[in-house]
Amino acid sequence: MLRLEALHKRYATGEVALTGVDLEVPKGQVMALIGPSGAGKSTLIRCVNRLVPPTGGRIFFNNEDVTRLSSRKLLKMRRQMGMIFQEFALVERLSVMENVLSGRLGYVGFWRSFLRKFPQSDIDEAFRLLKRIGLDHMVDKRADELSGGQRQRVGIARALIQDPQLLLVDEPTASLDPKTSRQIMRLICELAHERNLACVINIHDVPLAKMFAQRVVGLRLGEIVYDGTPEGLNDDVLTEIYGEEDWHINKYAPKAAQQESSWDEEDTEEPAAMAS
Amino acid sequence: MTNLSLARTWKRQPFIENQTVRYSIYAGVILYLFLSFNTFEINWIRVWEGLPRGQKFLAGFAPPDFISRWEEIVDGVLESLWMTVASTVVGIFISIPVALGAARNIAHPSVYYFCRGIIAISRSFHEILLAIFFVKFFGFGPFAGFVTLSFATIGFFAKLLTEDIEDTSVSQSEAIQATGANWWQWINYGIQPQVMPRMIGLGLYRFDINFRESAIVGVVGGGGIGATLNTAFDRYEFDSAAAILIVIITIVFLVEYTSGIVRKQVQ
Repeated sequence: MLRLEALHKRYATGEVALTGVDLEVPKGQVMALIGPSGAGKSTLIRCVNRLVPPTGGRIFFNNEDVTRLSSRKLLKMRRQMGMIFQEFALVERLSVMENVLSGRLGYVGFWRSFLRKFPQSDIDEAFRLLKRIGLDHMVDKRADELSGGQRQRVGIARALIQDPQLLLVDEPTASLDPKTSRQIMRLICELAHERNLACVINIHDVPLAKMFAQRVVGLRLGEIVYDGTPEGLNDDVLTEIYGEEDWHINKYAPKAAQQESSWDEEDTEEPAAMAS
Repeated sequence: MTNLSLARTWKRQPFIENQTVRYSIYAGVILYLFLSFNTFEINWIRVWEGLPRGQKFLAGFAPPDFISRWEEIVDGVLESLWMTVASTVVGIFISIPVALGAARNIAHPSVYYFCRGIIAISRSFHEILLAIFFVKFFGFGPFAGFVTLSFATIGFFAKLLTEDIEDTSVSQSEAIQATGANWWQWINYGIQPQVMPRMIGLGLYRFDINFRESAIVGVVGGGGIGATLNTAFDRYEFDSAAAILIVIITIVFLVEYTSGIVRKQVQ
Protein backbone atom coordinates (compact mmCIF):
# COMPACT_ATOMS: atom_id res chain seq x y z
CA MET A 1 0.00 0.00 0.00
CA LEU A 2 2.87 2.34 0.85
CA ARG A 3 6.02 1.86 -1.18
CA LEU A 4 9.18 3.93 -1.06
CA GLU A 5 11.63 3.61 -3.94
CA ALA A 6 15.16 4.93 -3.52
CA LEU A 7 13.84 7.77 -1.35
CA HIS A 8 16.49 10.43 -0.98
CA LYS A 9 16.48 13.62 1.06
CA ARG A 10 19.15 16.27 1.16
CA TYR A 11 18.37 19.40 3.18
CA ALA A 12 19.23 22.89 1.97
CA THR A 13 22.02 22.90 4.55
CA GLY A 14 23.68 20.08 2.61
CA GLU A 15 22.95 17.45 5.23
CA VAL A 16 21.83 14.18 3.69
CA ALA A 17 19.08 12.61 5.80
CA LEU A 18 18.01 9.71 3.60
CA THR A 19 20.24 7.91 1.13
CA GLY A 20 17.99 5.89 -1.14
CA VAL A 21 15.56 4.08 1.11
CA ASP A 22 13.43 1.23 -0.30
CA LEU A 23 10.55 0.14 1.87
CA GLU A 24 7.15 -1.42 1.46
CA VAL A 25 4.40 -1.41 4.06
CA PRO A 26 1.32 -3.56 3.39
CA LYS A 27 -2.19 -2.75 4.55
CA GLY A 28 -2.83 -3.39 8.23
CA GLN A 29 0.80 -3.72 9.26
CA VAL A 30 2.15 -1.97 12.35
CA MET A 31 5.78 -1.17 11.63
CA ALA A 32 8.23 0.37 14.09
CA LEU A 33 11.02 2.51 12.75
CA ILE A 34 13.94 2.62 15.14
CA GLY A 35 17.36 4.19 14.99
CA PRO A 36 19.60 6.75 16.69
CA SER A 37 18.79 10.46 16.71
CA GLY A 38 19.59 11.97 13.34
CA ALA A 39 19.18 8.68 11.48
CA GLY A 40 16.41 10.17 9.36
CA LYS A 41 13.33 8.62 10.98
CA SER A 42 11.41 11.87 11.25
CA THR A 43 12.48 12.91 7.79
CA LEU A 44 11.26 9.62 6.38
CA ILE A 45 7.72 9.89 7.67
CA ARG A 46 7.55 13.60 6.84
CA CYS A 47 8.54 12.80 3.27
CA VAL A 48 5.58 10.46 2.97
CA ASN A 49 3.03 13.26 3.40
CA ARG A 50 5.45 15.81 1.94
CA LEU A 51 5.67 18.03 4.99
CA VAL A 52 9.29 17.68 3.94
CA PRO A 53 9.73 17.55 0.16
CA PRO A 54 11.93 14.61 -0.87
CA THR A 55 14.85 15.36 -3.19
CA GLY A 56 14.94 12.03 -4.95
CA GLY A 57 13.19 8.71 -5.39
CA ARG A 58 9.51 8.02 -5.38
CA ILE A 59 6.74 7.35 -2.92
CA PHE A 60 3.77 5.28 -3.99
CA PHE A 61 0.61 5.36 -1.94
CA ASN A 62 -2.08 3.06 -3.33
CA ASN A 63 -0.05 3.03 -6.54
CA GLU A 64 -0.16 6.81 -6.89
CA ASP A 65 3.13 8.68 -6.93
CA VAL A 66 2.98 11.13 -4.02
CA THR A 67 6.13 12.96 -5.13
CA ARG A 68 4.49 14.15 -8.36
CA LEU A 69 1.14 15.29 -7.08
CA SER A 70 -0.07 18.81 -7.76
CA SER A 71 -0.57 20.81 -4.59
CA ARG A 72 -4.35 20.39 -4.85
CA LYS A 73 -4.06 16.63 -5.15
CA LEU A 74 -1.51 16.57 -2.37
CA LEU A 75 -4.08 18.04 0.03
CA LYS A 76 -6.50 15.27 -0.95
CA MET A 77 -3.76 12.69 -0.47
CA ARG A 78 -2.89 14.02 2.99
CA ARG A 79 -6.45 13.28 4.14
CA GLN A 80 -5.64 9.60 3.69
CA MET A 81 -2.60 9.84 5.98
CA GLY A 82 -3.22 10.55 9.65
CA MET A 83 -0.25 11.89 11.55
CA ILE A 84 0.47 11.68 15.25
CA PHE A 85 3.24 13.86 16.65
CA GLN A 86 5.94 14.00 19.24
CA GLU A 87 4.93 16.56 21.91
CA PHE A 88 1.37 16.09 20.58
CA ALA A 89 1.32 19.26 18.42
CA LEU A 90 -2.22 20.16 19.40
CA VAL A 91 -3.16 23.76 18.70
CA GLU A 92 -2.98 24.81 22.31
CA ARG A 93 -5.46 27.66 22.29
CA LEU A 94 -8.15 25.66 20.54
CA SER A 95 -10.58 23.45 22.42
CA VAL A 96 -10.39 19.67 22.45
CA MET A 97 -13.32 19.52 20.04
CA GLU A 98 -11.77 22.03 17.63
CA ASN A 99 -8.54 20.08 17.67
CA VAL A 100 -10.33 16.84 16.87
CA LEU A 101 -12.46 18.47 14.17
CA SER A 102 -9.36 20.02 12.59
CA GLY A 103 -8.73 16.50 11.32
CA ARG A 104 -11.70 17.09 8.98
CA LEU A 105 -10.27 20.27 7.43
CA GLY A 106 -9.34 18.45 4.26
CA TYR A 107 -12.98 17.49 3.76
CA VAL A 108 -14.84 20.73 4.49
CA GLY A 109 -14.68 24.11 2.78
CA PHE A 110 -13.02 27.17 4.26
CA TRP A 111 -16.15 29.01 5.39
CA ARG A 112 -17.62 25.99 7.13
CA SER A 113 -14.39 25.45 9.03
CA PHE A 114 -13.99 29.17 9.70
CA LEU A 115 -17.46 29.38 11.24
CA ARG A 116 -16.93 26.03 13.01
CA LYS A 117 -20.04 24.68 11.28
CA PHE A 118 -18.88 21.15 10.59
CA PRO A 119 -21.34 18.60 9.17
CA GLN A 120 -23.31 16.74 11.83
CA SER A 121 -21.71 13.45 10.74
CA ASP A 122 -18.26 14.88 11.59
CA ILE A 123 -19.46 16.03 14.99
CA ASP A 124 -21.03 12.62 15.69
CA GLU A 125 -17.77 10.92 14.72
CA ALA A 126 -15.79 13.33 16.90
CA PHE A 127 -17.98 12.52 19.92
CA ARG A 128 -17.68 8.80 19.19
CA LEU A 129 -13.88 9.01 19.04
CA LEU A 130 -13.68 11.17 22.14
CA LYS A 131 -15.79 8.60 23.99
CA ARG A 132 -13.51 5.85 22.71
CA ILE A 133 -10.42 7.62 24.08
CA GLY A 134 -12.27 8.51 27.28
CA LEU A 135 -12.27 12.29 26.91
CA ASP A 136 -15.89 13.00 25.96
CA HIS A 137 -16.33 14.96 29.20
CA MET A 138 -13.61 17.43 28.20
CA VAL A 139 -14.94 18.54 24.85
CA ASP A 140 -14.73 22.27 25.54
CA LYS A 141 -11.53 22.28 27.56
CA ARG A 142 -8.65 24.12 25.97
CA ALA A 143 -5.95 21.75 24.75
CA ASP A 144 -3.29 23.28 26.99
CA GLU A 145 -5.33 22.35 30.07
CA LEU A 146 -4.87 18.62 29.43
CA SER A 147 -2.18 16.28 30.74
CA GLY A 148 0.39 14.76 28.39
CA GLY A 149 -1.43 11.45 27.99
CA GLN A 150 -4.75 13.19 27.40
CA ARG A 151 -3.21 15.46 24.80
CA GLN A 152 -1.74 12.58 22.90
CA ARG A 153 -5.12 10.84 22.90
CA VAL A 154 -6.66 13.97 21.39
CA GLY A 155 -3.85 13.85 18.82
CA ILE A 156 -4.81 10.27 18.02
CA ALA A 157 -8.47 11.25 17.64
CA ARG A 158 -7.48 14.10 15.31
CA ALA A 159 -5.55 11.67 13.11
CA LEU A 160 -8.32 9.05 13.08
CA ILE A 161 -11.18 11.39 12.27
CA GLN A 162 -9.46 11.93 8.92
CA ASP A 163 -10.55 8.38 8.18
CA PRO A 164 -7.01 7.58 7.01
CA GLN A 165 -5.60 4.40 5.51
CA LEU A 166 -2.16 5.04 6.90
CA LEU A 167 -0.95 6.37 10.24
CA LEU A 168 2.35 8.20 10.41
CA VAL A 169 3.42 8.31 14.02
CA ASP A 170 6.41 10.37 15.11
CA GLU A 171 7.79 9.52 18.56
CA PRO A 172 4.35 9.27 20.18
CA THR A 173 5.70 8.51 23.63
CA ALA A 174 8.77 10.76 23.76
CA SER A 175 7.39 12.99 26.51
CA LEU A 176 5.25 10.49 28.41
CA ASP A 177 5.89 8.39 31.48
CA PRO A 178 6.34 4.61 31.02
CA LYS A 179 2.79 3.66 31.98
CA THR A 180 1.15 6.33 29.80
CA SER A 181 3.53 5.39 26.99
CA ARG A 182 2.26 1.82 27.06
CA GLN A 183 -1.36 2.95 27.16
CA ILE A 184 -0.84 5.27 24.21
CA MET A 185 0.98 2.62 22.17
CA ARG A 186 -1.74 0.11 22.97
CA LEU A 187 -4.44 2.57 21.92
CA ILE A 188 -2.71 3.34 18.63
CA CYS A 189 -2.21 -0.33 17.84
CA GLU A 190 -5.76 -1.29 18.82
CA LEU A 191 -7.28 1.43 16.69
CA ALA A 192 -4.99 0.61 13.78
CA HIS A 193 -6.00 -3.03 14.08
CA GLU A 194 -9.73 -2.25 14.27
CA ARG A 195 -9.58 -0.18 11.12
CA ASN A 196 -6.96 -2.30 9.38
CA LEU A 197 -4.60 0.67 8.99
CA ALA A 198 -0.99 0.54 7.99
CA CYS A 199 1.09 2.21 10.64
CA VAL A 200 4.64 3.58 10.61
CA ILE A 201 5.79 4.40 14.13
CA ASN A 202 9.05 6.20 14.83
CA ILE A 203 10.16 5.21 18.27
CA HIS A 204 13.23 5.52 20.45
CA ASP A 205 12.15 2.98 23.01
CA VAL A 206 13.29 -0.41 21.72
CA PRO A 207 11.43 -2.58 24.29
CA LEU A 208 8.22 -0.71 23.46
CA ALA A 209 8.81 -1.26 19.75
CA LYS A 210 9.35 -4.97 20.35
CA MET A 211 6.19 -5.14 22.41
CA PHE A 212 3.80 -3.54 19.96
CA ALA A 213 5.13 -3.78 16.41
CA GLN A 214 4.73 -6.66 13.99
CA ARG A 215 7.79 -5.56 12.10
CA VAL A 216 10.82 -3.49 13.00
CA VAL A 217 12.94 -1.48 10.59
CA GLY A 218 16.26 -0.09 11.77
CA LEU A 219 17.58 3.08 10.23
CA ARG A 220 21.16 4.30 10.49
CA LEU A 221 22.56 7.36 8.74
CA GLY A 222 19.63 7.43 6.34
CA GLU A 223 19.95 3.78 5.40
CA ILE A 224 17.95 0.69 6.35
CA VAL A 225 20.23 -1.70 8.25
CA TYR A 226 17.60 -4.03 9.69
CA ASP A 227 14.22 -5.15 8.49
CA GLY A 228 12.61 -8.03 10.27
CA THR A 229 10.65 -9.34 13.18
CA PRO A 230 10.80 -7.80 16.67
CA GLU A 231 12.26 -11.11 17.93
CA GLY A 232 15.18 -10.77 15.59
CA LEU A 233 16.41 -7.66 17.38
CA ASN A 234 19.39 -9.15 19.19
CA ASP A 235 22.45 -7.36 20.55
CA ASP A 236 24.33 -7.63 17.27
CA VAL A 237 21.49 -6.01 15.41
CA LEU A 238 21.20 -3.24 18.00
CA THR A 239 24.91 -2.59 17.64
CA GLU A 240 24.50 -2.51 13.90
CA ILE A 241 21.75 0.11 14.23
CA TYR A 242 22.96 2.24 17.10
CA GLY A 243 26.72 1.63 17.11
CA GLU A 244 29.03 -0.13 19.56
CA GLU A 245 27.61 -0.35 23.09
CA ASP A 246 27.49 -2.88 25.88
CA TRP A 247 23.77 -3.66 25.88
CA HIS A 248 23.64 -5.44 29.25
CA ILE A 249 26.44 -4.75 31.68
CA ASN A 250 26.57 -1.60 33.74
CA LYS A 251 29.77 -1.78 35.79
CA TYR A 252 28.67 1.11 38.04
CA ALA A 253 25.30 -0.33 38.95
CA PRO A 254 26.24 -2.59 41.92
CA LYS A 255 28.55 0.03 43.41
CA ALA A 256 25.93 2.74 43.19
CA ALA A 257 23.51 0.48 44.96
CA GLN A 258 25.98 -0.10 47.81
CA GLN A 259 26.84 3.54 48.57
CA GLU A 260 25.32 6.67 47.16
CA SER A 261 28.46 8.79 47.31
CA SER A 262 30.14 6.55 44.76
CA TRP A 263 28.35 8.55 42.06
CA ASP A 264 30.43 11.66 42.72
CA GLU A 265 33.66 9.71 42.56
CA GLU A 266 32.76 8.13 39.26
CA ASP A 267 31.71 11.46 37.85
CA THR A 268 35.00 13.13 38.62
CA GLU A 269 36.97 10.21 37.26
CA GLU A 270 35.32 10.22 33.86
CA PRO A 271 36.57 13.55 32.43
CA ALA A 272 40.05 12.98 33.81
CA ALA A 273 40.25 9.67 32.02
CA MET A 274 39.07 11.25 28.81
CA ALA A 275 41.53 14.12 29.00
CA SER A 276 44.59 11.90 29.34
CA MET B 1 43.52 21.70 44.21
CA THR B 2 45.78 21.57 47.29
CA ASN B 3 48.79 22.80 45.34
CA LEU B 4 48.69 26.62 45.29
CA SER B 5 51.02 26.94 42.33
CA LEU B 6 48.28 25.32 40.23
CA ALA B 7 45.62 27.91 41.17
CA ARG B 8 44.40 29.60 38.00
CA THR B 9 43.00 33.11 37.99
CA TRP B 10 40.01 34.06 35.94
CA LYS B 11 38.66 37.37 34.69
CA ARG B 12 35.65 38.06 32.53
CA GLN B 13 36.68 38.60 28.93
CA PRO B 14 36.29 42.28 27.99
CA PHE B 15 33.79 43.06 25.25
CA ILE B 16 36.48 44.78 23.16
CA GLU B 17 39.62 42.72 23.29
CA ASN B 18 42.24 45.26 22.18
CA GLN B 19 43.18 47.48 25.12
CA THR B 20 44.15 50.53 23.06
CA VAL B 21 40.95 50.39 21.05
CA ARG B 22 38.92 49.94 24.20
CA TYR B 23 40.34 52.92 26.07
CA SER B 24 40.29 55.21 23.04
CA ILE B 25 36.60 54.44 22.57
CA TYR B 26 35.89 55.29 26.22
CA ALA B 27 37.90 58.53 25.89
CA GLY B 28 36.12 59.42 22.65
CA VAL B 29 32.68 58.96 24.18
CA ILE B 30 33.54 61.16 27.17
CA LEU B 31 35.07 63.86 24.94
CA TYR B 32 32.03 63.88 22.66
CA LEU B 33 29.64 64.19 25.60
CA PHE B 34 31.68 67.07 27.00
CA LEU B 35 31.74 68.88 23.66
CA SER B 36 28.03 68.43 23.02
CA PHE B 37 27.12 69.86 26.42
CA ASN B 38 29.30 72.85 25.60
CA THR B 39 27.39 73.61 22.40
CA PHE B 40 24.32 74.58 24.43
CA GLU B 41 25.74 78.06 25.12
CA ILE B 42 23.45 78.77 28.02
CA ASN B 43 23.29 82.47 28.91
CA TRP B 44 22.59 82.33 32.63
CA ILE B 45 21.81 86.02 32.89
CA ARG B 46 19.04 85.69 30.33
CA VAL B 47 17.73 82.62 32.07
CA TRP B 48 17.54 84.62 35.30
CA GLU B 49 15.79 87.50 33.60
CA GLY B 50 13.36 85.16 31.88
CA LEU B 51 12.24 83.43 35.07
CA PRO B 52 9.49 85.94 36.00
CA ARG B 53 8.14 85.79 32.46
CA GLY B 54 8.05 82.00 32.65
CA GLN B 55 6.22 82.33 35.92
CA LYS B 56 3.63 84.60 34.31
CA PHE B 57 3.26 82.15 31.44
CA LEU B 58 2.67 79.24 33.79
CA ALA B 59 0.32 81.32 35.91
CA GLY B 60 -1.71 81.89 32.76
CA PHE B 61 -2.58 78.20 32.82
CA ALA B 62 -4.22 78.42 36.23
CA PRO B 63 -7.01 78.04 36.84
CA PRO B 64 -7.88 75.88 33.84
CA ASP B 65 -10.91 77.22 32.04
CA PHE B 66 -13.19 74.40 30.96
CA ILE B 67 -16.22 76.59 30.42
CA SER B 68 -15.67 79.25 27.79
CA ARG B 69 -14.39 76.83 25.15
CA TRP B 70 -16.28 73.75 26.34
CA GLU B 71 -18.08 73.15 23.05
CA GLU B 72 -14.85 73.31 21.05
CA ILE B 73 -13.18 70.96 23.52
CA VAL B 74 -15.98 68.40 23.24
CA ASP B 75 -15.95 68.66 19.45
CA GLY B 76 -12.18 68.25 19.40
CA VAL B 77 -12.22 65.23 21.69
CA LEU B 78 -15.00 63.55 19.72
CA GLU B 79 -13.14 64.21 16.48
CA SER B 80 -9.94 62.77 17.95
CA LEU B 81 -11.76 59.67 19.19
CA TRP B 82 -13.37 59.23 15.79
CA MET B 83 -9.95 59.51 14.14
CA THR B 84 -8.45 57.07 16.63
CA VAL B 85 -11.11 54.40 16.25
CA ALA B 86 -11.27 54.65 12.47
CA SER B 87 -7.52 54.73 11.93
CA THR B 88 -6.87 51.86 14.36
CA VAL B 89 -9.47 49.64 12.72
CA VAL B 90 -8.43 50.48 9.16
CA GLY B 91 -4.74 50.26 10.03
CA ILE B 92 -5.11 46.81 11.60
CA PHE B 93 -7.29 45.64 8.75
CA ILE B 94 -4.55 46.50 6.26
CA SER B 95 -1.80 45.26 8.58
CA ILE B 96 -3.02 41.67 8.77
CA PRO B 97 -2.39 40.73 5.12
CA VAL B 98 0.84 42.71 5.17
CA ALA B 99 1.98 40.83 8.27
CA LEU B 100 1.11 37.47 6.73
CA GLY B 101 3.06 38.43 3.63
CA ALA B 102 6.04 39.60 5.65
CA ALA B 103 6.34 36.49 7.83
CA ARG B 104 9.22 34.40 6.60
CA ASN B 105 7.65 31.09 7.64
CA ILE B 106 4.46 31.69 5.64
CA ALA B 107 5.09 33.93 2.67
CA HIS B 108 6.64 33.32 -0.70
CA PRO B 109 9.93 35.27 -1.10
CA SER B 110 8.51 37.64 -3.73
CA VAL B 111 5.61 38.67 -1.49
CA TYR B 112 7.94 38.75 1.48
CA TYR B 113 10.17 41.55 0.18
CA PHE B 114 7.18 43.56 -1.04
CA CYS B 115 5.48 43.43 2.37
CA ARG B 116 8.72 44.09 4.23
CA GLY B 117 9.07 47.15 2.01
CA ILE B 118 5.63 48.46 3.01
CA ILE B 119 6.50 48.04 6.68
CA ALA B 120 9.88 49.73 6.24
CA ILE B 121 8.36 52.74 4.46
CA SER B 122 5.64 53.13 7.05
CA ARG B 123 8.13 52.90 9.89
CA SER B 124 10.68 55.29 8.46
CA PHE B 125 8.48 58.39 8.81
CA HIS B 126 7.36 59.83 12.08
CA GLU B 127 3.67 60.70 12.46
CA ILE B 128 4.45 64.41 12.34
CA LEU B 129 6.19 64.16 8.97
CA LEU B 130 3.37 62.01 7.60
CA ALA B 131 0.79 64.45 8.94
CA ILE B 132 2.52 67.44 7.34
CA PHE B 133 2.59 65.56 4.07
CA PHE B 134 -1.02 64.37 4.20
CA VAL B 135 -2.31 67.79 5.30
CA LYS B 136 -0.70 69.24 2.17
CA PHE B 137 -2.15 66.36 0.18
CA PHE B 138 -5.75 66.25 1.47
CA GLY B 139 -6.07 69.71 3.00
CA PHE B 140 -6.62 70.66 6.64
CA GLY B 141 -8.94 68.57 8.76
CA PRO B 142 -9.41 65.22 10.41
CA PHE B 143 -9.24 63.20 7.20
CA ALA B 144 -5.54 63.97 6.87
CA GLY B 145 -5.09 62.93 10.49
CA PHE B 146 -7.01 59.73 9.92
CA VAL B 147 -4.85 58.80 6.92
CA THR B 148 -1.69 59.63 8.85
CA LEU B 149 -2.58 57.45 11.81
CA SER B 150 -3.79 54.56 9.64
CA PHE B 151 -0.55 54.61 7.71
CA ALA B 152 1.56 54.76 10.86
CA THR B 153 -0.46 51.90 12.37
CA ILE B 154 0.54 49.60 9.51
CA GLY B 155 4.24 49.93 10.23
CA PHE B 156 3.80 49.31 13.92
CA PHE B 157 1.15 46.62 13.90
CA ALA B 158 2.34 44.63 10.89
CA LYS B 159 5.93 44.61 12.12
CA LEU B 160 5.09 43.27 15.57
CA LEU B 161 2.47 40.85 14.29
CA THR B 162 4.98 39.51 11.77
CA GLU B 163 7.45 38.80 14.54
CA ASP B 164 4.76 36.96 16.46
CA ILE B 165 3.78 34.90 13.42
CA GLU B 166 7.41 33.96 12.90
CA ASP B 167 7.58 32.81 16.52
CA THR B 168 4.62 30.44 16.26
CA SER B 169 5.21 26.79 17.01
CA VAL B 170 6.18 24.83 13.92
CA SER B 171 4.72 21.59 15.19
CA GLN B 172 1.24 23.06 15.70
CA SER B 173 1.11 24.52 12.22
CA GLU B 174 2.64 21.33 10.76
CA ALA B 175 -0.08 19.27 12.40
CA ILE B 176 -2.77 21.33 10.68
CA GLN B 177 -0.98 21.02 7.34
CA ALA B 178 -0.82 17.26 7.77
CA THR B 179 -4.63 17.03 7.87
CA GLY B 180 -4.90 18.21 4.27
CA ALA B 181 -6.08 21.70 5.22
CA ASN B 182 -5.83 24.35 2.52
CA TRP B 183 -3.85 27.58 2.97
CA TRP B 184 -6.68 29.63 4.47
CA GLN B 185 -7.68 26.84 6.83
CA TRP B 186 -4.07 26.45 7.85
CA ILE B 187 -3.86 30.16 8.75
CA ASN B 188 -7.20 30.02 10.55
CA TYR B 189 -6.49 26.87 12.59
CA GLY B 190 -2.71 26.64 12.77
CA ILE B 191 -1.54 30.24 13.01
CA GLN B 192 -4.40 32.48 14.14
CA PRO B 193 -5.06 30.84 17.53
CA GLN B 194 -1.37 31.18 18.34
CA VAL B 195 -1.18 34.92 17.60
CA MET B 196 -4.66 36.04 18.66
CA PRO B 197 -3.89 37.15 22.24
CA ARG B 198 -0.96 39.21 21.06
CA MET B 199 -3.03 40.70 18.25
CA ILE B 200 -5.68 41.91 20.68
CA GLY B 201 -3.03 43.29 23.00
CA LEU B 202 -1.25 45.08 20.18
CA GLY B 203 -4.51 46.48 18.85
CA LEU B 204 -5.36 48.03 22.20
CA TYR B 205 -1.86 49.33 22.61
CA ARG B 206 -2.01 50.92 19.17
CA PHE B 207 -5.40 52.47 20.02
CA ASP B 208 -3.68 54.05 22.97
CA ILE B 209 -0.83 55.39 20.84
CA ASN B 210 -3.18 56.63 18.12
CA PHE B 211 -5.17 58.71 20.58
CA ARG B 212 -2.03 60.39 21.86
CA GLU B 213 -0.75 60.91 18.33
CA SER B 214 -4.10 62.37 17.27
CA ALA B 215 -3.41 65.27 19.62
CA ILE B 216 -0.01 65.84 17.97
CA VAL B 217 -1.30 65.43 14.45
CA GLY B 218 -3.89 68.16 15.08
CA VAL B 219 -1.17 70.70 15.82
CA VAL B 220 0.10 70.52 12.24
CA GLY B 221 -3.42 70.69 10.77
CA GLY B 222 -4.72 67.15 11.06
CA GLY B 223 -7.87 68.04 13.03
CA GLY B 224 -9.04 66.70 16.37
CA ILE B 225 -8.21 67.89 19.88
CA GLY B 226 -4.74 68.91 18.71
CA ALA B 227 -6.28 71.54 16.45
CA THR B 228 -8.35 72.88 19.35
CA LEU B 229 -5.23 73.02 21.50
CA ASN B 230 -3.31 74.82 18.79
CA THR B 231 -6.07 77.41 18.39
CA ALA B 232 -6.13 78.02 22.14
CA PHE B 233 -2.39 78.68 22.13
CA ASP B 234 -2.63 80.93 19.08
CA ARG B 235 -5.22 83.08 20.89
CA TYR B 236 -3.11 83.16 24.09
CA GLU B 237 -5.99 81.45 25.93
CA PHE B 238 -3.66 79.50 28.19
CA ASP B 239 -6.41 78.69 30.70
CA SER B 240 -8.41 76.93 27.97
CA ALA B 241 -5.22 75.21 26.77
CA ALA B 242 -4.69 73.93 30.30
CA ALA B 243 -8.21 72.53 30.31
CA ILE B 244 -7.55 70.78 27.00
CA LEU B 245 -4.29 69.30 28.28
CA ILE B 246 -6.05 67.98 31.37
CA VAL B 247 -8.75 66.41 29.21
CA ILE B 248 -6.11 64.75 27.01
CA ILE B 249 -4.18 63.43 29.99
CA THR B 250 -7.34 62.07 31.59
CA ILE B 251 -8.42 60.25 28.43
CA VAL B 252 -4.95 58.80 27.88
CA PHE B 253 -4.94 57.51 31.44
CA LEU B 254 -8.39 56.00 31.04
CA VAL B 255 -7.52 54.32 27.76
CA GLU B 256 -4.22 53.02 29.10
CA TYR B 257 -5.84 51.70 32.25
CA THR B 258 -8.69 49.88 30.49
CA SER B 259 -6.46 48.47 27.75
CA GLY B 260 -4.10 47.20 30.45
CA ILE B 261 -6.97 45.34 32.12
CA VAL B 262 -8.20 43.85 28.85
CA ARG B 263 -4.69 42.78 27.81
CA LYS B 264 -4.18 41.00 31.10
CA GLN B 265 -7.49 39.20 30.64
CA VAL B 266 -6.52 38.01 27.19
CA GLN B 267 -2.97 36.83 27.94
